[in-house]
Amino acid sequence: MSGMQRGLSWLPAALAAGFVFLYLPILLLILFSFNDSRLVTVWAGFSTRWYAELLRNERMIEAASLSLGIAAFAATIAGVFGTLAGYALARLGAFALRPLFALLLLVPMVLPEVILGLSMLMSFSALERLIGWPAERGFLVVALAHATYGTAFVALIVEARLRGLDPSVEEAALDLGAGPLRAFLRVTVPMLAPAIASGWLLAFTLSLDDLVIASFVAGPGATTLPMLVYSSVRLGLSPQINALATVLVISIGLLAYVSSRRAAPRGGLST
Amino acid sequence: MSASWAARARTGFVAPVFLWLGLTVAAPLALVFAVSLGESTQGAPPFEWSLTLSNYALVFSDTLYIGAFANAARIAATSTAICLLIGYPMAYAIARAPENKRGFLLFLVILPFWTSFLIRVYAWMSLLRPTGLINSALQSVGLASEPLELIANEFAVHLGIVYAYLPFMVLPLYSTLERIEASLVEAAHDLGATPARAFWRVTFPLSLPGVAAGCLLVFIPATGEFVIPDLLGGPDTPMIGRVMWLEFFQNRDWPVACAIATLLAAALALPIVIADRLRAKAR
Repeated sequence: MSGMQRGLSWLPAALAAGFVFLYLPILLLILFSFNDSRLVTVWAGFSTRWYAELLRNERMIEAASLSLGIAAFAATIAGVFGTLAGYALARLGAFALRPLFALLLLVPMVLPEVILGLSMLMSFSALERLIGWPAERGFLVVALAHATYGTAFVALIVEARLRGLDPSVEEAALDLGAGPLRAFLRVTVPMLAPAIASGWLLAFTLSLDDLVIASFVAGPGATTLPMLVYSSVRLGLSPQINALATVLVISIGLLAYVSSRRAAPRGGLST
Repeated sequence: MSASWAARARTGFVAPVFLWLGLTVAAPLALVFAVSLGESTQGAPPFEWSLTLSNYALVFSDTLYIGAFANAARIAATSTAICLLIGYPMAYAIARAPENKRGFLLFLVILPFWTSFLIRVYAWMSLLRPTGLINSALQSVGLASEPLELIANEFAVHLGIVYAYLPFMVLPLYSTLERIEASLVEAAHDLGATPARAFWRVTFPLSLPGVAAGCLLVFIPATGEFVIPDLLGGPDTPMIGRVMWLEFFQNRDWPVACAIATLLAAALALPIVIADRLRAKAR
């Protein structure tokens, strides 16, 4: 063991430096959300005034509730298709067109969001020409676009989890005469519940966070939270955005922590 | 369990997902290609179906677009290299950490990925501005007499990409490094290899699939990045993702935007297929 560590004593320091790089900007952002000054960079004492202003900002509240609704809806659709897709990849072996299936799941994860957003708008626009729907691109359209994006991530987590689970329990259910659907719903899904929950949560946060896809597909009536944040950030820094960022970072961080304690997919979000 | 049952089960699970992926991934991408052959008009939607290559001719004849493609590829490549330099030691340190600590260390890598992308970029805006924290600190300790230009340039774009995509590099690296048998490295040491030699001759070659996967997962999305060049970048080095965005939202030229998207997707097709192969192999 000591041989392994030889010459590698700097590694923990490199890791610590990496974490400082990843976390310091966010921690400073949180710190300055409690700053009693409009200037985002000069400390003028502790205050929660920006949180109070945030709560009074009706456009922000409206955008936040729209985004939360979209995220919940999108994550649920993504949860259904992602679970089926992850199951197919982990348990169904070499089904027909499997390489294409895997590729179509990979594409939304890696393709630049500008292409995804543009492509989804093109299809909603073509649909509108064809069947008259969606005439106004609002809640449902953004949610469907986000569900597409989220499906791949849910599938990734579910597949990773299934590979770590012994298939013999499911096989036993099938041997005992349960149909494939029954075995799936009564045996596989309960075993997968933590992975599905963490996939749902990831799809939820991805939707809540998305600026690019929503900007392409949303009509003039629908402004999501990231769209509103983006337009106000472009106008300049505002301590209110720091306060909002703090709320988001802490609540999502807690959710991520809880879900990682429960599911801990090995290799996490890796390929 | 008969074979036909298994086959029916397969159809039942696979068909709905295929239909969903076809409608939400394949068909939209095909439509982008179709619109890229169309003609821009004043109507709503602002194009007519056609079969013209004029949009591609425009993209190839204008140095703005070609330059933006080249900038994007170059900036994404250097950012990917920096990510690798920072991410490899991090992943290696986690893989060598005591087993009961690895889960928490990995969580610390993943957590930023869960926090808002936009907010992480915003955090750097407030650090890098002329009146930002870094400049105030440098000036107050006398290291700079006037604000340094830290934002609205290529430096800031690199920094933003490295910051935002570092977890994508660390995670696949970690999963390959974790699987490398410690006994192989120990054998190299026992046979008299210096730690550096053991690393470069044993560990590093075995980790190459993770290196490739991490690099592709950073390079592919970074090439088409919009938010980072838009908020941290300057006017001198436009990147193609942002150029396409402006083509769509400012010029309202859907066919040209679709032509750019098609070319970008085509350019990224090879890296994506390689990433897909690597992923299949990793199983």
